[in-house]
Amino acid sequence: MTAKSKVVALEHVVIRFSGDSGDGMQLTGNLFSDSTAFAGNDFATFPDYPAEIRPPQGTVAGVSGFQVHFGHKPVHTTGDLCDVLVAMNPASIKANMRWLRPGTIIIFDSDSVTDKALEKAGYAADPTTDGTLADYQVIKAPISELTKEALKDFGMDNKSMLKSKNMFALGIVMYLFNRELDTVYRYFETKFKGKDQVIKANRTVLDAGYHYADTWELFTNTYKVEAADLEKGKYRNITGNTAAAWGLMAASEKSGRPLFLGSYPITPATDILAELTKYKNLNVKAYQAEDEIAGIMSSIGAAFTGCMAVTTTSGPGLSLKSEALGLAVMTELPLVVIDVQRGGPSTGLPTKMEQSDLMQALYGRNGDAPLVVIAARSSAGCFYTAFEAARIAMEHMTPVIMLSDGSLGNGSEVFRIPRMADLPTITPPLAKADDPNYMPYRRDEKWLRREWAIPGTPGLRHRVGGLEKENGKGNLSTNPENHQIMTELREEKINRVANDIPLQEIYGDKNADLLVVSWGGTFGTVRTAVEKLMEEGKSIAHAHFDYIMPLPRNTEEVLQGHKKIVVCEINRGQFAKYLRMNFPEYKSEQYNKVQGLPFTLGELEAKFNDLLK
Amino acid sequence: MENQNIEQEVMLTKEDFASDQVVKWCPGCGDHAILKAVQDIFPKLGKKKEDIVVVSGIGCSSRFPYYMNTYGFHSIHGRAAAAATGVKLANPNLSVWMITGDGDCTAIGGNHFIHACRRNIDINLILFNNRIYGMTKGQFSPCTFRGTKTKTSPQGTYEDPFNPGELAIGAKATFFARGVDINPKELSEIFMESYKHDGIAVTEVLQNCMIFSNGVHENITGKDVRDDMQVKCVHGQPLIFGKNRDKGIMLKDNHLEVVTIGENGITEKDILVHDKTTEDTGIHMMLAHMMPPHFPVAIGVIRDVKAPTFNDSLLEVIENEKANSKIHNMDDLLNSGSTWTID
Repeated sequence: MTAKSKVVALEHVVIRFSGDSGDGMQLTGNLFSDSTAFAGNDFATFPDYPAEIRPPQGTVAGVSGFQVHFGHKPVHTTGDLCDVLVAMNPASIKANMRWLRPGTIIIFDSDSVTDKALEKAGYAADPTTDGTLADYQVIKAPISELTKEALKDFGMDNKSMLKSKNMFALGIVMYLFNRELDTVYRYFETKFKGKDQVIKANRTVLDAGYHYADTWELFTNTYKVEAADLEKGKYRNITGNTAAAWGLMAASEKSGRPLFLGSYPITPATDILAELTKYKNLNVKAYQAEDEIAGIMSSIGAAFTGCMAVTTTSGPGLSLKSEALGLAVMTELPLVVIDVQRGGPSTGLPTKMEQSDLMQALYGRNGDAPLVVIAARSSAGCFYTAFEAARIAMEHMTPVIMLSDGSLGNGSEVFRIPRMADLPTITPPLAKADDPNYMPYRRDEKWLRREWAIPGTPGLRHRVGGLEKENGKGNLSTNPENHQIMTELREEKINRVANDIPLQEIYGDKNADLLVVSWGGTFGTVRTAVEKLMEEGKSIAHAHFDYIMPLPRNTEEVLQGHKKIVVCEINRGQFAKYLRMNFPEYKSEQYNKVQGLPFTLGELEAKFNDLLK
Repeated sequence: MENQNIEQEVMLTKEDFASDQVVKWCPGCGDHAILKAVQDIFPKLGKKKEDIVVVSGIGCSSRFPYYMNTYGFHSIHGRAAAAATGVKLANPNLSVWMITGDGDCTAIGGNHFIHACRRNIDINLILFNNRIYGMTKGQFSPCTFRGTKTKTSPQGTYEDPFNPGELAIGAKATFFARGVDINPKELSEIFMESYKHDGIAVTEVLQNCMIFSNGVHENITGKDVRDDMQVKCVHGQPLIFGKNRDKGIMLKDNHLEVVTIGENGITEKDILVHDKTTEDTGIHMMLAHMMPPHFPVAIGVIRDVKAPTFNDSLLEVIENEKANSKIHNMDDLLNSGSTWTID
């Protein structure tokens, strides 16, 4: 390393790689993430790409981004405002203006400025010269031309050469953060094994970018983020959707029940289906059904037949599954439903996050049809939330809805690899073969769950279905008193799950003036904002709910003793209303945002400060 | 798959499969005979009692599982095929029987039905076709003939019906048979063929609803007309029918025709010989299509062809992947690929 400039230590950095859909920004971001892992930082990433597969080139709609937030201290979020923006064309500047803060370093391919490119981006003049970017440090580098120059001896055509310009940009960034290039070299060697010329070309461009930044002294300072103080162990990078898939597989292994997934492609949940279809080697039966309803119905059939059954979807799909969910409630079978939420209603904002399916998850069925609802708080956390959803489903013989969201699902985080031996064993209440006293709706006293009597087991033949059944015996029953009993039993069974989940934690002083309440994927941003105000000496505490139905049994204690309570969520106040319904004596404020985007730290800090005045 | 799995001699009787529930169908309903036919063959399958599952949707016919002493799942309207698919994939050793009606199967459940056919999942699907919604008390279904007056078509329907056979064969079903409720012996034979067939086996039973579509099949099943209005499809045999066994189905210029043997120089040799195993759907489709008054209805196994089943194909992929993967459990997977250690 021959850094001529001063090396400044930073605690956190948010960098966003942004370019046209064809510019290879996802790869560039991923390679930078790998190097971040190697540097020992904690980090989280978020891909932000257009909903369209091939949107018009050079337009704002066609901008594809990949953000990496890395730090020396624990990283809870994928970051909002960027410290560094890599912009490969004018449109990617335009698309990211809202994510810039005063002083953001913009590394820009100055060769991309043409009249046509400006027009496509909606700029009347070059934003790098007309004062638009006056608040930022714009580093203009002729990335396209220099890439071609570096490859001039390779005998490649113009188009092929330009495909490598992302590596030139990556080289500049690697220099800026004092990174070793080895991890990237290793990627080239694995990816292009046997194609030495390709490996060499990519290396050449990467090196050229790195040396260009060094030689031309592009930056007055370079930066270093020291390794994070992470717990000892083995780590990997994982997206929320992959983590959810793996959590389900872990639960299957710990319960001994084979995993069956019946699902239908829907953004942003499809990756869970795609991931699980890979693991037929681990006996995973992942079934792509003809529609959302067939997805859940095949899962219910598989649950009846003894599988750890799952269906995955997003909001519109959950709507379609409503009737079948009622069947799962009625037949008291274990079933995990993962809803990776997106902006609604209707088709809404398919690629954007929202938390607006909460009420649907809680109540979106005919009849009194209670079930368990839990929420994932982070991408890596999806592993444990999915595992927990499966545990509760099987041990309490109930459908469980796990709420994730598009940001969690597509975002990635550092994941400390657990040992399977350290995860709890899952013990479903299997009925014993040839039990002469077996009855389909016989329940245990403690949890009120019925037994799981699996087809193929001798001596347990029985019939279940959507019609109301006589408690115990399980025969069809329209008896009025029996329906009352069964309805109450189904409710009480879910309420008792509260005795099998952890107490609600409160982060900070339990009598703090302001209690901030959140749930689901907003955890990272809300926790970071609360921490910041705590450091400033503010009287603030945070209660983040992972368990929603039933609520933890100490929820009321958590709500007690504060001057103000504010419930923050990416919807119009669904959890706030739910809390008020359950605890009408506690007043709460709401902080809601529905832009298809997560909260930003700045927004939350401003709101909390305002409430603390 | 299931057919090869006769592990032990199972001595069962009809009584083993009758549940203790009171059968609540209307007296005289065609459903009783179908129930009897199914209870009649289950002991003969060579399958253990606990290895049979009956799955249904919603409607009169879909109460069926409650009357069978097997594992049973009464699902929701239209979705039986999806539930049955889940059951079969979860445990391919099970013999899965799906009971559905013309409304359940071809209206609300149409999508699941055609995809179950297309995938060739090994389930036995019995479609009770009474050409009416019975349980909701008499509305027209997708199988109701044009012009029929019902509660929701007081002026008569102004749409044409599905023929479930054409629908099934068009959706790539590898087995299609048709029977009538008043001939339970013949139904038993068909159900046995259905059981032996590896893959989706669709049997349409022309079933009479005494209350809302009484006599809808009378022009096919009536004592005076049945010999002239039903042609029994027997594999390898000419399609001859009629009271005097003098009528036959002949293939003429790309279409079927009813001819009389002995007239216009027609002999038995001119009559179409039934081949249930031909892959080409053309003649099977034409046979399924035949309807009075110009044609008799084809009864028996119309189509029975071999094709890979979805359940076997899935198992094959699983076995192959298991044999060729270095990852055998979750610890292997969690530690695979790009990882790093912090000490």
